[in-house]
Amino acid sequence: MNQNNNSNNEPRLMKGNEALAEAAIRAGIHAYFGYPITPQSEILEYFTREMPKRGGVVVQAESELAAINMVYGAAGAGTRIMTSSSSPGISLMQEGLSYIASAELPCLVVNINRGGPGLGTIQPSQSDYWQAVKGGGHGDYHLIVLAPASVQEMADFVFDAFRLAEKYRNPAFILADGALGQMMEKVVLPEAGSLPYHEVNWATSGMGKRKERNIITSLYMQPEEMEQVNLHLQKKYKAMQKEVRFESILTEDADILLVAYGLGARICQKVVELGREKDIKIGLLRPITLYPFPKDEIARLAIRVQSILVVEMNAGQMVEDVSLAVNGRCPVNLTGRMGGMISSPEEVFQKVETIIEKQTLTLK
Amino acid sequence: MEKAQEIIFAGFGGQGILSMGQILAYSAMIENKEVSWMPSYGPEMRGGTANCIVIVSTSRISSPIVSKFDSAIVLNQPSLDKFEFTVKPGGLLIYEESSIINLPTRTDIECLRVPAMEKAQKLNKKQVANMIILGAFLEKKPIVKIENVLSALKKVLPERHHHMIPVNEQALEIGKHFAKSPVKVTV
Repeated sequence: MNQNNNSNNEPRLMKGNEALAEAAIRAGIHAYFGYPITPQSEILEYFTREMPKRGGVVVQAESELAAINMVYGAAGAGTRIMTSSSSPGISLMQEGLSYIASAELPCLVVNINRGGPGLGTIQPSQSDYWQAVKGGGHGDYHLIVLAPASVQEMADFVFDAFRLAEKYRNPAFILADGALGQMMEKVVLPEAGSLPYHEVNWATSGMGKRKERNIITSLYMQPEEMEQVNLHLQKKYKAMQKEVRFESILTEDADILLVAYGLGARICQKVVELGREKDIKIGLLRPITLYPFPKDEIARLAIRVQSILVVEMNAGQMVEDVSLAVNGRCPVNLTGRMGGMISSPEEVFQKVETIIEKQTLTLK
Repeated sequence: MEKAQEIIFAGFGGQGILSMGQILAYSAMIENKEVSWMPSYGPEMRGGTANCIVIVSTSRISSPIVSKFDSAIVLNQPSLDKFEFTVKPGGLLIYEESSIINLPTRTDIECLRVPAMEKAQKLNKKQVANMIILGAFLEKKPIVKIENVLSALKKVLPERHHHMIPVNEQALEIGKHFAKSPVKVTV
């Protein structure tokens, strides 16, 4: 596909994968390390085509393990860096991610989720939610997890991810799915050069004028020291909670609240419309950050609504976080399909009708 | 155009299904409309068939994946079999004549056959059959202006193919003209 890259603010029709890659170049990444896998190979392709022209490094690594460890090294040198993969490849990266989280290095990892478990299918899925928000690798750590729901957000969240990653010295993660990667929508790309670099004093990029060597490690032989590192990380994760983001669609007068993210939230928007056409007050809460999770907002809405329906493209993962936030204030239901299948808006709407009938809700 | 137009394009790989959808989406974007283009990229693509869902709307598009369509444009038999019954009542079904053996049976929708392959062959450019179909579609559903389709072609086609734009324009016009007064089929 031929599109000129010169004009900055003209709306373009782009695939989610391409928009994300172009945004990353505009965010000023120094390098990209990755290994191809459907449904996100366009990201590597795009970088391979564009980065050499625009002053960046692309390495097609020999494996995902290699790619994430290249990210570890490059992030340690204080550069702006990213990798991307899809589910099975992201599993291979978990050891490296744990190291990067422990060493407190900013970087961006993108997962264009496909159906699993195992090598799975190439179709869109949200089955990696737990892996993304609960750490994924070993040890007590968290990533900052952003969940785009449109091609525009696929581009915008790259900037947000780097901003947050660098603010907290923490790996950021974009969790999207195959459909968001493959679909085209109108996108206005963020402007190149609008994300300034910050000088850092921790990078292992040569002594410069410093007196002491910087050391980046995740190995602490003394448990006392390891505990201090953990306490520090936990304090940081607590501070990160204020970065929580969500979108509310007609939640204030809702009888039934849908909670869904990413592509699932797009499907649920249609369900809200279907409901409103029939005078059923359905609202939608869309978590934008999956970690930190909008638990306070869900707790607040749980008092106002009669029932909550969590809609996921998996067997039910986020529903656990929703239930914790709701803490018994109202019933929490789940619907979703697995293995790359997607619920249609009509299917979800039917589920809403079943809930109204079974829980004998009196709607306002 | 009041509400969203939900359209499925389907056929074999190589018939220009995905690009037909992409050109429509791009044209609508030029007209400041909201658009989404959702391709099939799974096993069916690897099996040789291709489809894409295009949604054009004046307001924010909710789900890019829908199961009922205002229009279906099908260029092979498996696609007709699969999508005929996904067209909303009162909707439009366009099919390429030479690619279909078993004709559609629904009477609650408008079915338009377009001999696009035959007409494209007369132009000595088989590749523009998809533009003949698109022209016919736009005559029935004027979602976008033809001039914007031409602007979209300039954006979507690589520059080395820009000399093909006039024949594409011709193809769009042939399609439009045909849809205006289609020759009745005698079965």
